[in-house]
Amino acid sequence: MSKLIEVTNLQYRYANAAHDTLQIPEFSIQKGERVYLYGPSGSGKTTLLEILAGILKVEQGEVKILDRNLASLSESERDHFRAEHLGYIFQSFNLIPYLSVQENIELPLHLSPARKARLQSEDAMSVLRHLCTRLGIITLLEKKVTELSVGQQQRVAVARALLGRPELILADEPTSSLDMDHREKFLELMFELCAQFGTTVLFVSHDRSIQHLFSRSVALDSVNHLEKGN
Amino acid sequence: MVFLNLALKSLKNRSLASILTVISIALSVILLLSVERAKRAAEEGFTQTISQTDLIVGARSGPTQLILYTVFNMGNATHNISYQTYQDIQKNPAIEWTIPYSLGDGHRGFRVVGTTNDFFEHYRFRGDRRVELQEGKPLEGLWDVVIGSDVARKLNYKLGEKIVVAHGVTHGEGIQKHDDKPFTVTGIMKPTGTALDQSLYVSLEGIEAMHIDWKDGAAPTPQTAIGADKIRKEDIKIDQITAFFLRTKSRIDTLRLQREINNYKEEPLLAIIPGVTLSELWHGLSYVEQVLKAISWMVVAVGFMAMLIALTTSLNERRREMAILRALGASTSKIIALLVFESTLLTFMGIVLGTVISVAGTALLRPWLETEFGFYLEGGALGKTELMYLAATLVGGILIGLIPARRAQQMALKDGLSVKI
Repeated sequence: MSKLIEVTNLQYRYANAAHDTLQIPEFSIQKGERVYLYGPSGSGKTTLLEILAGILKVEQGEVKILDRNLASLSESERDHFRAEHLGYIFQSFNLIPYLSVQENIELPLHLSPARKARLQSEDAMSVLRHLCTRLGIITLLEKKVTELSVGQQQRVAVARALLGRPELILADEPTSSLDMDHREKFLELMFELCAQFGTTVLFVSHDRSIQHLFSRSVALDSVNHLEKGN
Repeated sequence: MVFLNLALKSLKNRSLASILTVISIALSVILLLSVERAKRAAEEGFTQTISQTDLIVGARSGPTQLILYTVFNMGNATHNISYQTYQDIQKNPAIEWTIPYSLGDGHRGFRVVGTTNDFFEHYRFRGDRRVELQEGKPLEGLWDVVIGSDVARKLNYKLGEKIVVAHGVTHGEGIQKHDDKPFTVTGIMKPTGTALDQSLYVSLEGIEAMHIDWKDGAAPTPQTAIGADKIRKEDIKIDQITAFFLRTKSRIDTLRLQREINNYKEEPLLAIIPGVTLSELWHGLSYVEQVLKAISWMVVAVGFMAMLIALTTSLNERRREMAILRALGASTSKIIALLVFESTLLTFMGIVLGTVISVAGTALLRPWLETEFGFYLEGGALGKTELMYLAATLVGGILIGLIPARRAQQMALKDGLSVKI
């Protein structure tokens, strides 16, 4: 299996900060993996996700996704890369409040022509309907986002992240606002769809009760070797 | 097109703030256009108070004074000119027509003008508009009076009304009234929107007849008074007039004639070109126009402030939205574009609404403004200046929109994907 994400000697420090937030000598994810990355709050999980998403610029070290070195891309190239190859799911408030459910799901296709092109001959609407049927939100398409429960909102977020078959989904604790039963069902459904689309998942959380559902779990501390006294 | 959709829906989501912003910009635009319109109407109304008259001639004084007392009913002549001089100049072959004016008497605050029917025939204002009668007929008999529309309206005079002229223009009752010699209203003029509406017109002979029994500026005693019925028009000898208007056969002669009259040997005279004096006078008053313009731009600035406040206060609650768009691959420049697009849309809608209201309002109110206030609303609704103002407003709106947009970009860069509110 080839590597989808390959991090080598990454060091990241926020501007004006006294210490590095991340010092990762080596970390990689294979294609098709479902990786569970855990660590306490403030340990740099979100920072790593933002680096992988190309929001934060890599100053030291190398971050390769799909064999592209993010450090060598300009800001707008990283924006395009993210739009084309990545899906991102937030902990909560994933949706734009003034758009309908369907408009929210379609948003990435409008923002990235490349993403739309990935659907190739497939009819975007039928793909969308298929995804929504699988996620059990087909009846909600015309609804206002504000009428949805939290669980429904998170499933809409999954549909949006998966539309256009991105290679990688980055999820920042998307289940923390769901109760236990829903968490497992939500993850099972998401993994099923990711497997179907061949999408790799990197999921960060501090809640270890769900880690058994993943193909691999990694403690951020075990890859992030912050030097003492740094 | 996704931007249009996003911007429209986002504005709709904050519809109250959006509507208020559009209204405040629309109000600024209405004010801006109205001030410009009023300014133009005032200027044209002012400089077109009299037209086609090439020279106004009076006793030697200042040009401003001469135009004020002949055309605007303001102030008095210090001297009269002799009727003989008038007749002498009238003989000049370069002259097409003249209108004599004899001033000095009034009726309840309105001015009484002694003239001839040449006034009704030749006087022009606002291009080619002439004095027309609403009802009745022009001057005929010695004791006939034709009244301006304002006089008729304010004093509620009808045809056939007997009125008494007072010596000097005084408000209320005159001190010395020619009450032994009443005039009869035989004609009422149509509104002209000029000072003509505030005057009463009698024949030159009528003016002379009122004063026929006066001696050295003193009113007659009952013994010396001559009854109105004993005076006949044919017997009146006109002694002097105050001023006269003249039209040359060819405009080329105007300057030469002006020089000739100004150098008239028998009597010190002053001839002025009304258009020149009027526009000089107007430019002397133009600070008013500058003040109005400054005020309306300030109102536009206030409108922009309202938009700036509305957009900036909504930014914080939209940080989440920006993070979502960022996660979906929108660049920070797209976020700027989205916000600038929103403010442009608001400004544009404000401009359209304001322009529609202003143009429709002017069209609807035009007849009323013309008769009631003498507004001279000629020309197209949107001139070059107006379009320039609208363009400037749009550009201003876009520039103002850059402020919150820039802030949003900075916040989006700082927040990344994790917004902590």
